[in-house]
Amino acid sequence: MPDYTTIVGLEVHVQLATKSKLFCRCSTQFGAEPNTQTCPVCIGMPGSLPVMNREALDLALKTAVALNCTIPPLTKWDRKQYYYPDLPKGYQISQYDMPMSEHGHLEISDSKDRFESKKIRILRAHLEEDAGKSIHDEVAGRADSVIDLNRTGTPLLEIVSEPDMRSGLEARAYLDELKLLLTYIGVSDCNMQEGSLRVDANVNLHLDSGGEMIATPIVEIKNMNSFRAVERAIEYEAGRQYDVWQETGAKLGDSPKQTRGWDDAAGVTRGQRSKEESSDYRYFPDPDLVPVVFTKEEVAAATASLGEKPADLRGKLQSEHGLSAYDAEVLVNQGRDLLAYYLAAVDVAGDGKAVCNWVSQDVLRVLKEREEPIESFPIAASSLGKFVSKLKSGDLPSSRGRDVFDVMLDKKLSVDEAMHQLGIEEVDDSELETLCQQLLDANPKIVDDVRGGKQQAVGALIGQAKKRNPNADPGRVRQLCLDLIAKM
Amino acid sequence: MLLTSLSAVDQCRLLDSGEISAVELTQAYLDRISAQEGNVGAFLRVTADRALDAAKCVDQRRASGQPLGKLAGIPVAVKDILAQKGERTTCASKMLAEFSAPYDATVIAKLKAADAVLIGCTNMDEFAMGGSTENSAFKVTANPWDLKRSPGGSSGGAAAAVAADFAPLSIGTDTGGSIRQPASFCGVVGMKPTYGRVSRFGLVAFASSLDQIGPLAHTVEDIALLHEAISGHDPHDSTSLDHTTQFTESVRKPLDGLRIGYAKEHFAEGLDSEVERAVRDALGTYESLGARLVEVSLPHSKYGVATYYVIAPSEASSNLARYDGVHYGYRADVAKLTEELNAERAELEEAGKRREAENLDTPLVRMYRKSRSEGFGAEVKRRIMLGTYALSAGYYDAYYLKALKVRRMIRQDYDRVFEQVDVLAGPVAPTPAFELGSLVDDPLAMYLVDMYTVSANLTGVPAMSVPCGQSNSGLPIGLHLQAKPLAEETLLRAGHMYQTATDWHTKRPTL
Repeated sequence: MPDYTTIVGLEVHVQLATKSKLFCRCSTQFGAEPNTQTCPVCIGMPGSLPVMNREALDLALKTAVALNCTIPPLTKWDRKQYYYPDLPKGYQISQYDMPMSEHGHLEISDSKDRFESKKIRILRAHLEEDAGKSIHDEVAGRADSVIDLNRTGTPLLEIVSEPDMRSGLEARAYLDELKLLLTYIGVSDCNMQEGSLRVDANVNLHLDSGGEMIATPIVEIKNMNSFRAVERAIEYEAGRQYDVWQETGAKLGDSPKQTRGWDDAAGVTRGQRSKEESSDYRYFPDPDLVPVVFTKEEVAAATASLGEKPADLRGKLQSEHGLSAYDAEVLVNQGRDLLAYYLAAVDVAGDGKAVCNWVSQDVLRVLKEREEPIESFPIAASSLGKFVSKLKSGDLPSSRGRDVFDVMLDKKLSVDEAMHQLGIEEVDDSELETLCQQLLDANPKIVDDVRGGKQQAVGALIGQAKKRNPNADPGRVRQLCLDLIAKM
Repeated sequence: MLLTSLSAVDQCRLLDSGEISAVELTQAYLDRISAQEGNVGAFLRVTADRALDAAKCVDQRRASGQPLGKLAGIPVAVKDILAQKGERTTCASKMLAEFSAPYDATVIAKLKAADAVLIGCTNMDEFAMGGSTENSAFKVTANPWDLKRSPGGSSGGAAAAVAADFAPLSIGTDTGGSIRQPASFCGVVGMKPTYGRVSRFGLVAFASSLDQIGPLAHTVEDIALLHEAISGHDPHDSTSLDHTTQFTESVRKPLDGLRIGYAKEHFAEGLDSEVERAVRDALGTYESLGARLVEVSLPHSKYGVATYYVIAPSEASSNLARYDGVHYGYRADVAKLTEELNAERAELEEAGKRREAENLDTPLVRMYRKSRSEGFGAEVKRRIMLGTYALSAGYYDAYYLKALKVRRMIRQDYDRVFEQVDVLAGPVAPTPAFELGSLVDDPLAMYLVDMYTVSANLTGVPAMSVPCGQSNSGLPIGLHLQAKPLAEETLLRAGHMYQTATDWHTKRPTL
């Protein structure tokens, strides 16, 4: 096993869930006909000027405080200048040396204990506008390129982590937790397919070379289209860098930072064509925009608006509802809507663990089969809560639980209606006792077997009892029979 | 009565009383343009049909008793750097020769709302870069006072149009003196308002932190009229100030106890003696009107030009990046450049220069390179290069950041001076209008013409050029008046006071 440590830092671009773009009023809706959501401002038309969208700033602030960042009192806009066909102004409005937030952290953990819980430091999170989309043929010469500027000017929050992750798994855990946090606080839908969340990874190795710590050159990996891809790309890249190091001995600083693209089908990273000289973006403050001041009150209001974060909620589920770390993670990681459903059901049922079992097994299974979100689940949270409380009180025999659940689900009935339809009624104990006595009288061999120490022999009576009265609770029948035999 | 020699304020009165019609007035200007524009060349395009339609509309509305804007029926010429829906905006550049914006600049919208008659688009230095209008890609504009001389720049067309009575009012832009210096050269009044007073939305940017739109006219009263129409807060411009003030009423009120400052630095080496005499005479006039003269010092003003020529090109290099042949303006012949590129590659490969062949431009980069090389003129390219250099890694601190610091010190000088005086008076330009062609090969000498004007842009204060004399050869000389930020009212009242005591503004060139 090669002896090296993988060092990973992530740059995540998150599209903020604003109705309109960062510096104009064009819609940010995904999927419109190309170049229909544009105006003179976002396409950089001569004479146009940007005006900041306050909603984007508010969402960015909310995210920054959720990531435990420091919010400086003053932040400003800078122009990052480069030429590219999908960048109509020839510069991107971004934030350079005074980002709107810095020095935060996000805690990651693994309920399967594959790594120890740790804080991943956030270097900074800053706002910027997105570029457009180029669709082109890479073949030099006559190939035609087309550009869609619908996305141009969409607000992005770039969240840059410190190189605190040590494996693809940790990177994935960070992304899962980040996505969960951002969806919980409602600042982004984090939809990777629609480009609302994009990840670049910076990877290198620290290895021990004869007692001396050596770092390999940092590689930036792009083109990763899922969290799974990020995990795989990092693991692949670590192995590749180790091989390269063994072959060439190249160290950090020997060559400029390389960019490699992830080829998901082939499972490899490939070098991308890079300029010989490093790019100089010639950042300078955008004279068309005024600096932004954050008051203490605004920061406090943003913090207050957060509500409970996923990590808080996991802790609460364990301490207040007696769930295991694993169960708490399963519920919380399903997102805030499912968690709200769970909590509403617990309110009615009063038993967090029992509700968790039904939600994490049956409810989630059905949702997965039907590929539907919790909002369209036919059993209301209160209805599920009542169902669980009936099971708990014994009003509904546990043996009939799944039957009732299925009827509630398929026929959209309440628990009472479902039980009625299935003819399930509570059986009076004295009635059940009479039934059990009759059965014992008719089966002396079983009575003898039990007396001889074969308690499981009672099982045969349970079947008979159910035939005579389908509402008989198997556990109760078993107990009554044993009690009666003891008295005989 | 010659309609075209009246002030806009007087024309408004005649229009209001029904003594003249807007069509009559517009036609009078169009006739004058037809007769004289060939000599002057103030316009890139005269929009005669549009002007007459607008004038007709004003007359009809007036006849039917509908309310009208404060510039109803008054012709206004506009520098060809403001977006006008349905009209080209060329910035006198080959790059934007065919560019037409789908929207109106805020100032254009305000002029239309005031029922002004937009009579034409005036010539200028390309992208407002220059001080002689000779950097126009399309034509030369002559100074109406001496056709061999420059009207100044970059708003040379706007100043010449007023001087030649092609329009009573015109709109210019001023980034380092581009309204005031041509106003001075052409013997008209030109004002650069406080930065943020007039919306820049729709003004094709040269240097965003310095650019400001402003009025040109024969009289300070007319300046007040036009300034009132175009100023005010605009939600489309984040740097726009939220201060609304009336100027047309207050302008006629003289100022009691006016304190006029003059900076000793403004009367040092490099100032033409005739200009100095005219300016000192003007100071004397103010004294005779009861003003007190105070000598002040602007110790950092000597760094103004250097500071300006770092900041303005830096911003320009960024603002002009959008003209890349992809989205806006001129695009080089792609078929031809691809052919050239292929030929270059074949030649290098044949010579065994594989590495050089690989490092050739991509077609996209070559298209950028050629489009910008061919679309921009020499001065624009010079400034883009200056600015790109100043913002480059390793130079940023020494140039751009240093310039920002000096800018702040110049502003501190101004703040101190405006605690002592209400108005700062001095020369606008070191000389009267120079001959066409005399400075085109000496960009540095051309830049130094801006020495008295750039500080107003660097500090954001309002500043105005008012005609205050003539050279022995009959060339106009301008008096530079500056006031503290948002003190346009003081500036206008001081300017009007001067014009009530002098008749320089009534002089006209013989065409």
